[in-house]
Amino acid sequence: MFAGENGPQEDPRLKAISDAIRVVPHFPKPGIMFQDITTLLLDHKAFKDTVDIFVDRYRDMGVSVVAGVEARGFMFGPSIALAIGAKFVPLRKPRKLPGEKIFEAYELEYGTDCLEMHIGAVKPGERAIVIDDLVATGGTLSAAIRLLERVGAEVVECACVIGLPEVKGHHRLNGKPLYILVEPRQ
Amino acid sequence: MSAYRDKDPRIHGIQTTIRVVPNFPKQGIMFQDITTLLLDPKAFKDTIDLFVERYKDKNISVVAGIEARGFIFGPPIALAIGAKFVPLRKPRKLPGEVISEQYELEYGRDCLQMHVGAVEPGERALVVDDLIATGGTLCAAMKLLEQVGAEVVECACVIEVPDLKGRERLNGKPLYVLVESH
Repeated sequence: MFAGENGPQEDPRLKAISDAIRVVPHFPKPGIMFQDITTLLLDHKAFKDTVDIFVDRYRDMGVSVVAGVEARGFMFGPSIALAIGAKFVPLRKPRKLPGEKIFEAYELEYGTDCLEMHIGAVKPGERAIVIDDLVATGGTLSAAIRLLERVGAEVVECACVIGLPEVKGHHRLNGKPLYILVEPRQ
Repeated sequence: MSAYRDKDPRIHGIQTTIRVVPNFPKQGIMFQDITTLLLDPKAFKDTIDLFVERYKDKNISVVAGIEARGFIFGPPIALAIGAKFVPLRKPRKLPGEVISEQYELEYGRDCLQMHVGAVEPGERALVVDDLIATGGTLCAAMKLLEQVGAEVVECACVIEVPDLKGRERLNGKPLYVLVESH
């Protein structure tokens, strides 16, 4: 679901959030229009509104886990977790987490990468959301969902600030709902 | 300065939620794992509150967080005190024009980068990370901010390892920590 889908009821904060995101052409390689959220983080009101929109959505959904994908998911997830009284669980690249962990591999354009989570961080039956700055193919989010489901958690939704056109209309990721604030700009 | 020495009643709960993992990433290192603190909503909230209480009336307009665990603590502080959050990142992660600062590792060097234009001259800034060890990374972070004419008001970390004397590497800048690890 796009937060802005409701036409005249569209949340007035969304335009400023979208405008605060900078597009950097040809990063990390030619042809990619990179959606840079660092400029959103420089705009206190827009950043606060971003967090508030997610908090308003999730505070009454019985969510006890906010899982954030390294590294830009770390910039949004903890504030949401703090506001809704949930734990924050970092999902990290290999060899960063010090304790016993589980991992899930996922496809890159060329090759594979891997996401890890600490064992014991999430208990069976907990209700979780996954947060990242942007969803493109959904590969990373899918790996995140698998990690949480392997330990018996229920992934209630995936939440991203930006969603690429490939996922618009495919509002479910592995059967899980996806909530996105804005589309990428050119 | 440390809240540990000031014995704020919230400190005990914060300290007990930090997990020590022996011999990570290599033999002899007692790794201070803050992920267990993040699993305790009260301890995590208390951590942020202690920093916010200290900085909210100090006219700080920039909270700079060091990749990646500084990204966990920095943004909630920035949001609460009305400041911008500026991520300081490893090379090739930031998409726009960057400035860089190198720093020494035990073996070799690494580099920290910041976006050009994120911070204006004269802004008052905080640097946040989960832990200070030798102080090399914090020192590089301060230099980035000073390169663009900002004033680093203080460095703020959850944990200090005093034996590594990182505090002395901060070019006289003050350091505030919540807990010490001995």
